[in-house]
Amino acid sequence: MYPPELLYTKDHEWIRVDEEIGTIGITDHAQNELGDIVFVELPKRGDHVTAHESFGTVESVKAVSEVFSPVTGEVTSVNSRLANAPELVNQDPHGEAWFIKVQLADRSQIDGLMTSDQYEAYLAGSQSAEVTA
Amino acid sequence: MRYLPNSPADRAAMLKALGKSSVDELFEQIPAGLRLTEPLRLPGPLSESELMEYFEQVSRESARDYVSLLGAGAYTHYRPVVIDSLILRGEFLTSYTPYQAEISQGNLQAMFEFQTLIAQLTGMEVANSSLYDGSTATNEAVLMAMRLTRRERVLMARTVHPEYRQVTQTYLQHQGVHIEEVTYSASGQIDVAALEAVVNDRTAAVVVQSPNFLGALERWPAIAEIAHRHGALLVAVVSEPLSLALVKPPAEADIVCGEAQSFGVPVAFGGPYVGFLATREQFIRQMPGRLVGETRDTDGHRGYVLTLATREQHIRREKATSNICTNQALVALMVNIFMTVYGKVGLKELAKQNLAKTAYAAGQFAKHGNVLFASTPRFNEFVVQTSEDPRAINGRLLGHKMVGGLPLQKFYPELGNAALWCCTELTTRSAIDTAVGFVAESERSVRSGKEEVEEVAR
Amino acid sequence: MKPTIRKATRHVNQNEGLIFEKSSAGKAAWKLPPLDVPEVDSAKLLGAAERKDLGNMPEVSEIEIIRHFTRMSTWNYAIDLGMYPLGSCTMKYNPRVNEAVARVEGIANGHPYQPEKISQGALHIIKTLSEQLIEITGMDAITLQPAAGAHGEMTGLLMVRAYHQSKGNARKKILIPDSAHGTNPATAAMVSYAVENLKSDSRGMVDIAALEAQMSEDVAALMLTNPNTLGVFEQDIHKIADILHAKGGLLYMDGANMNALVGKVRPGDFGVDVMHLNLHKTFSTPHGGGGPGSGPVAIKKALEPFLPQPVVVTKSDGTLAFDYERPQSVGRVRAFYGNFGMFVRALAYIQANGPDGLRQTTEDAVLNANYIRNGLEGTYDLPYATPTMHEVVFSDKVQAKKGVRTMDIAKRLIDYGFHPYTTAFPLIVPGALMIEPTESESKEEMDLFIDAMKSIAEEVEEDAQMVLDAPHSTRVSRLDETAAARKPILRWKP
Repeated sequence: MYPPELLYTKDHEWIRVDEEIGTIGITDHAQNELGDIVFVELPKRGDHVTAHESFGTVESVKAVSEVFSPVTGEVTSVNSRLANAPELVNQDPHGEAWFIKVQLADRSQIDGLMTSDQYEAYLAGSQSAEVTA
Repeated sequence: MRYLPNSPADRAAMLKALGKSSVDELFEQIPAGLRLTEPLRLPGPLSESELMEYFEQVSRESARDYVSLLGAGAYTHYRPVVIDSLILRGEFLTSYTPYQAEISQGNLQAMFEFQTLIAQLTGMEVANSSLYDGSTATNEAVLMAMRLTRRERVLMARTVHPEYRQVTQTYLQHQGVHIEEVTYSASGQIDVAALEAVVNDRTAAVVVQSPNFLGALERWPAIAEIAHRHGALLVAVVSEPLSLALVKPPAEADIVCGEAQSFGVPVAFGGPYVGFLATREQFIRQMPGRLVGETRDTDGHRGYVLTLATREQHIRREKATSNICTNQALVALMVNIFMTVYGKVGLKELAKQNLAKTAYAAGQFAKHGNVLFASTPRFNEFVVQTSEDPRAINGRLLGHKMVGGLPLQKFYPELGNAALWCCTELTTRSAIDTAVGFVAESERSVRSGKEEVEEVAR
Repeated sequence: MKPTIRKATRHVNQNEGLIFEKSSAGKAAWKLPPLDVPEVDSAKLLGAAERKDLGNMPEVSEIEIIRHFTRMSTWNYAIDLGMYPLGSCTMKYNPRVNEAVARVEGIANGHPYQPEKISQGALHIIKTLSEQLIEITGMDAITLQPAAGAHGEMTGLLMVRAYHQSKGNARKKILIPDSAHGTNPATAAMVSYAVENLKSDSRGMVDIAALEAQMSEDVAALMLTNPNTLGVFEQDIHKIADILHAKGGLLYMDGANMNALVGKVRPGDFGVDVMHLNLHKTFSTPHGGGGPGSGPVAIKKALEPFLPQPVVVTKSDGTLAFDYERPQSVGRVRAFYGNFGMFVRALAYIQANGPDGLRQTTEDAVLNANYIRNGLEGTYDLPYATPTMHEVVFSDKVQAKKGVRTMDIAKRLIDYGFHPYTTAFPLIVPGALMIEPTESESKEEMDLFIDAMKSIAEEVEEDAQMVLDAPHSTRVSRLDETAAARKPILRWKP
């Protein structure tokens, strides 16, 4: 389910790091919780994003969710396809529906992120927590 | 009580089902010391006939059968009778916000038609399904421009309706915004040079009304060019939308907002009215208020739903584009019906009658008083300067059951003894002649008074 | 097949298109009288500004207009058709005499700028309604200027801010319970206050300990709906007010649920400093498909200097006038004086009822909500057992096990001839069903409603898919909201 080459956050974003460039998106779990995505708002190329801060929003018909960056850096590329085809986020959240690419300012920031196994365990844990609540 | 459907037996049966001996037991959650022990000190209950009589009585203390030459943001146009026969249908009158689209298609389709009518009238691509009124639509447009530009300076023409300016000021007072006023020139239009001098790259919006509060029509292309050159948005305000049947719409603007009361809504001492806001398609996600969109049902039938709701307060809460929850659906429906009755040709002909009456009136007034900004194109309002305080002239007109133009001292003291007059298709030639007669009489007596003084001085 | 409860809502099925699609050149529903002044050449008067073409404005005859809108009207549900139990919206009967009195010559046709001398009747209406609302709320002063509830909230918070500012510190934040309407935090943001969430306790009421811990001199006010959105009266309201007042904060009451209190208890007596009313809820002015509303704001004496201007005053000669000389006023929140036509209707409603009628109205509203609660308890999950006032909130917990959520039950309720309750609100109840019958429903109508809700609960067990596909009886079936939001079509184009 969750590709092992990606790293994950507790806010349900993923990042794939190639050299100094991080590609960021939201997880399958996140898109599933939101339902049919109707709009994605993203920063512009050249904007600065900061770790743990919101850089955009994802909207379904009745909900808005902020997207947090796992890392700090400059946006080098934005997935313009999402503007006209937000449904891609539902269809291929870990692949074609990436959100932005970021030039990493501090590679060590990815150290604290979860592996796919850890993320799956995290999901299982938080789901069982929800049931008891 | 005639509005309550339950009989004493029904109430007793319901209490019994609840295992309660009296209805007071249902209020025990309220601490006993707080509960009222005495009845409220209010009149009534009144029968229906007493109520009718009460309001008839009250209404006799207000103007009835007066001929009014007032405009200034509230216009007396003829209201076709089909408007009230349709809006009084319970299905329109007693329904609510179309949260359940399947049983609200009538309201939703009507709102979609309203959006289309307003978009076409204003020359914009899209319009929302209405706001409270013209004043609040103006401040919503300004807030929208600030979100879009992420700038904080607002330039507003001094000729925007003074109460719209006050409302915008009220709304923006805690937003860290600076509203600056741009004065008008000798033509009564915005002073383009003054605008040019103050607009800069921190300006979010340039807000201009046309016809403006002094009756003058503005030249949109020149104003738009200045605003856009500095990356500011142009907010066009319209408080007399009938003008747009005859005058080019502000298609160069980024947001067109205003008041649609002119279209079939009673003047009703100031409300309820109906604001509108129209804009370019690219800005829709920053629009305030309810939007209706077209879609399909599961069988492929065309239908309408409230859409882009994620902009709104019930989802985004403190990050919403506005705190607005309602629109003015029933009043917007009056507008829809009015515009449909007159339609493509009728609106134009109606506007032409307003233009003709006003041209005649301004011409007549000019023979005796000083019609300001006389060579600037106008629609149905104009300013007349007199020697005497217009309140005194109006006082005499009242005796003839006529309400004269709005004295402008309060809003534009720099214009001296000036009043804003308005003629619509309902203003008769004889009413105009009577009013002109009073102004002429006033000028004569002031002149002869002056002559007397001069003679004494000699 | 069990008996199904059906009511009279046959939706007429004409395929009425958009008015633009019926248009054809040469048709007209208008005729102007002859002009009694010389004709003008608009091209000459307007020059380059002249508009040549109005685009695709409709051209239709009068009979087509009547049929067009009448047909569309039949696709709406309305209070006039049956029970409309939208929680928090107070969908009560809209008396027809209200409409008649609002159309009396001299009331409907007064110009807002006509001289005060010939506006005494209109001013009398504003003043009388103000006095009566002050009596009903137990407050000291009021403004009728705000055009709707949310507008009233903003006006109220502007006054809160001005009050604190006059004491030298505007303060930083507003406390808002997690059960509040979305307008509350949105309004606080417009007045530049930070919003701090206040959690509810296990009874669905303000958690007093949490309030005590969160209250500080940074808090300008608590915005509280009372009864709250669960239909529960905040029993500790006095304690809440004391906690706020002890630190100089103000208690703002969202009066959306005032229909539970009129004639029984007054907010002014339980420590409220500022509150708004919704004339379109409590005082029977028509909702009209979403508006016009009217949101007067009542306040205690200490806030009076900050009222929006103008206010109506009595002059020394006994006549009424507008007072604009209010140096500490928060300003104007709307052009002219507010939704005057709604004042007329509310005044008619109050006087038609009188003190006893208003009290009986409140008692019936509360009795009705309790009757529905009693009828549906056991069938639907009741997350909070605290006593119910004018509305009751269930959850879809039981039905969700079959994959049926509150919105699905709502859609099925349409097939039974009822307007659904409010879905998915308040946010503290997952899958909420918020039911407010108001006093306007008879026992008979409510028995039908209870039977319908029970029948749907059975259907969920037997044939959940049928419920998920509801409604089955309407002119259109469920509409694709996702498509509408992805590619918005907001107007007709030729």
